[in-house]
Amino acid sequence: MPRGRIYFDAVPLVLAAVLVLLSACSGGGGPPHPQSIFAPKSDFSIDLNDLFKNIFAWAVVVFVIVETVLLIAIARYRARPGAPAPKPVHGHTFLEIGWTLAPALILVFIAVPTMRTIFATAGHAPEGALRVQVIGHQWWWEYRYPTLNIGAANELHIPAGTAIQVEMTSADVIHSFWVPALGGKRDLIQGRTNRIAFRTDSVGEYWGQCAEFCGTSHANMRLRVIVQPDSVFERWVDLQRAAPATPAKGSPAEQGQQIFRRSACIGCHTITGISAGAVGPNLNHVGGRGTIAGALFPNTTESLRRWIQNAPAAKPGALMPPQNLSGPDLDAVIAYLQSLK
Amino acid sequence: MKSWLTTTDHKRIGLLYFWTAFVFFLIGGVEALFIRAQLARPENQLVSAETFNQLFTMHGTTMVFLALMPLSAAFFNYIIPLQIGARDVAFPRLNAFSYWVFLLGGLFLNASFVAGPLFGADRLSVAPDAGWFGYANLTSRQFSPGPNVDFWLLGLQILGIASLAAGFNFIVTILNMRAPGMRMLRLPVFTWMTLVTQFLVITAFPVITVALVLLMFDRFFGTHFFVPQGGGDPILWQHLFWMFGHPEVYILILPAMGIVSEVLPTFSKKPLFGYTVVVYSGVLIGFLGWSVWSHHMFSTGLGPIADSVFAGTTMLIAIPTGVKIFNWIGTLWGGQIRFTTALLFAVGFIAMFIIGGLSGVTHASAPSDLQQTDTYYVVAHIHYVLFGGTILGLFSGIYYWWPKMTGRFLSEGMGKVHFWLTLIGMNLAFFPMHFSGLLGMPRRIYTYPAELGVTRFNQLSTIGAFIIGIATLVFFWNLLRTRWRPSNAPPNPWGGATLEWAIPSPPPVYNFTVIPTIASRLPLWQTERHGPMTPLPDRPPAPIHMPGGSWWPMITAFGLPVMATGALAHLIPIVLAGAAVVIVGIYRWAYEPFEM
Repeated sequence: MPRGRIYFDAVPLVLAAVLVLLSACSGGGGPPHPQSIFAPKSDFSIDLNDLFKNIFAWAVVVFVIVETVLLIAIARYRARPGAPAPKPVHGHTFLEIGWTLAPALILVFIAVPTMRTIFATAGHAPEGALRVQVIGHQWWWEYRYPTLNIGAANELHIPAGTAIQVEMTSADVIHSFWVPALGGKRDLIQGRTNRIAFRTDSVGEYWGQCAEFCGTSHANMRLRVIVQPDSVFERWVDLQRAAPATPAKGSPAEQGQQIFRRSACIGCHTITGISAGAVGPNLNHVGGRGTIAGALFPNTTESLRRWIQNAPAAKPGALMPPQNLSGPDLDAVIAYLQSLK
Repeated sequence: MKSWLTTTDHKRIGLLYFWTAFVFFLIGGVEALFIRAQLARPENQLVSAETFNQLFTMHGTTMVFLALMPLSAAFFNYIIPLQIGARDVAFPRLNAFSYWVFLLGGLFLNASFVAGPLFGADRLSVAPDAGWFGYANLTSRQFSPGPNVDFWLLGLQILGIASLAAGFNFIVTILNMRAPGMRMLRLPVFTWMTLVTQFLVITAFPVITVALVLLMFDRFFGTHFFVPQGGGDPILWQHLFWMFGHPEVYILILPAMGIVSEVLPTFSKKPLFGYTVVVYSGVLIGFLGWSVWSHHMFSTGLGPIADSVFAGTTMLIAIPTGVKIFNWIGTLWGGQIRFTTALLFAVGFIAMFIIGGLSGVTHASAPSDLQQTDTYYVVAHIHYVLFGGTILGLFSGIYYWWPKMTGRFLSEGMGKVHFWLTLIGMNLAFFPMHFSGLLGMPRRIYTYPAELGVTRFNQLSTIGAFIIGIATLVFFWNLLRTRWRPSNAPPNPWGGATLEWAIPSPPPVYNFTVIPTIASRLPLWQTERHGPMTPLPDRPPAPIHMPGGSWWPMITAFGLPVMATGALAHLIPIVLAGAAVVIVGIYRWAYEPFEM
């Protein structure tokens, strides 16, 4: 069957073409990947990455061997006119035993480090770890530091070189906390507490986002973890402990505070001394954050305006209703929020 | 027309299953193309977040329940009675009932795309939008107030009835209707894998039925099985869903494995290598499939002991799966391989399934999975298994058995275009997803920022998806054109060894003029100990009694979506009317005489 030969010869060509295309896409000069699992920065994520690399190496070996044998089989044994009928082989006991034991043996080499890593990354931090509570909301993250008596939203600040004990739960549906550089994901489930533990020595800002489908704006439930040197972290903690800034008399921010006080904002947001809402994030120090709305937008005047005017238009499903504020009132509220460093 | 509506002939029902499932396959494919178009660039505005969530939910639900399972069912219906030497399935009217329930359940689910105005929604579509896995407590009335999740749970409940009825039917058929001499270890492997699949169906579907009943009570009657504020537990849903959901994966893949085990021997002119090992490994996969469900839940915090156990059992499944692959290669080895389209798809199945199987091992390891679960890496994995595996296997089966089912060959030339476009398209669509996932792209997101650095991988996936779309159109045309071509297929066009090739293409309504007596696993081939079976007589020596058609299976099936519609609309009288149709239908069906 000469046609069969043409088709067969196309197999490696096509595979080669696919590989070239893929390498062209992944090869140098590409953009950085802030959420890649391949840049582990904590003991937790390094353990996971080592395990993955180990298993992946086995997978590549098996892939190459089995696919090669398959290709050899279809190359060597294509039908030739006039060839004698093939021997009707029904099986081979030793081959069967061999190719049962071979994968079993490989799996032992995968299972042992798997079990070891499962227990090593079970989520219990050593004594003296900093406790951080993560509470999932549709579609933002609330953080509490029970031993430091402070809170935060969407941007999690932690000190470098200190073990972190993360305790997770949810205020509504199931979410999943995932910061690839710092570790694997864990689900946030109402009525349960899940734990992960990690320690990182790498100062920097790491990206993460919700990994469990949680409704309309699941794609927009993002977060940042900001790892700081001890001294910087302590300054941040002091800032968070402080009462919210009081705007100067007669400033636009002071006017904004008045508008905030008498508008719907107070139903959902807390600013100590002004309001005690508990539905949305605490705004005591919102001006000091780098992002808003579940780390979705940079914390700029423009995004604050868009957000306050019509949050559901900026982020589908957002529970904050559009605020009907006049231009000057809106500017004043933004000035006030920005003053809350 | 009437004869098709009332038919109880397994061959006609098989064709009805095929065309219905194929249309749903096209619908699920269009949903996939919308998903890929939306993700072709960051911050794309093609569809809204709400629409996107409906699209991926319906894509998964449609492909699993309305396309892949019923496409397999088309072959169970058409081929199983022929392979075991029977005139029909054990319960022909129950078989018709299964088909009508499947069709109506599928229409009910898809009606949600245009039912918005009936429920006072401000949009046309109120399609399910909580994922094909429907995780609690997102599915509670509090977080999903609309009719979307109701459509999903009632639709799946209806479809479950079709699967269960068919499951029992095929188990009884395979165990009881075999021709004389067709011992269990002489059954064709496709029949064996069907038997294992049906045992999985009748054991797994009751679990999701229970889960859906509990969810229905939560949503309709205010119970709190999955609601934490009321003392319920959303993780209970995950256990129930995956206790069904993992066996379901094997329900989807085992029939394709059976098809490949038929196609490879025929086109390499060699018996299947290690028949008994292939059969037993299929049975073992079925058993082990029940002990791995929590590997879908490694991130839910089950604790290190449960994680270790489920990681271990999941890895074990790789062994019988690997053994099957080695035996298939052993079948090709030393053969006289004819590169027909059916064989190309079967070899494509092996080559692609290896990739899906190996990426599966990387997330069988629980800690490694913590970086992979719920990312596009897993999307890549399931598509290498369910597209590279199940769909390529089903395509192989279609090219293999189409001449038997219709009496007409599919064009081999177009078939090869279809094969290569599909193979290139699927690798272009699904291979880059490994990268986008590991670079941090979660699943089920309708948008992503350019800064994530996954744009180019997504673009490749989108191009690949549209190539698959073109390939499918070529295939569709190939199927359609056989309708107005003359009948050209001899009884055994490929030189197959199993019983379905002993009778004309397409077979007469009674299948076999005389029920043959089987002396060998390969009845049509010359083996060491047995010559080929003596040909059957052209005409039945005695009149053959075949049951007549019946309206009652269809009428009974029709009562189910009526009940579901009543439940959706909270109108008890409609529920009762639907129940009355079902009861009267079953009663009349039971007392209907066999002669019409």
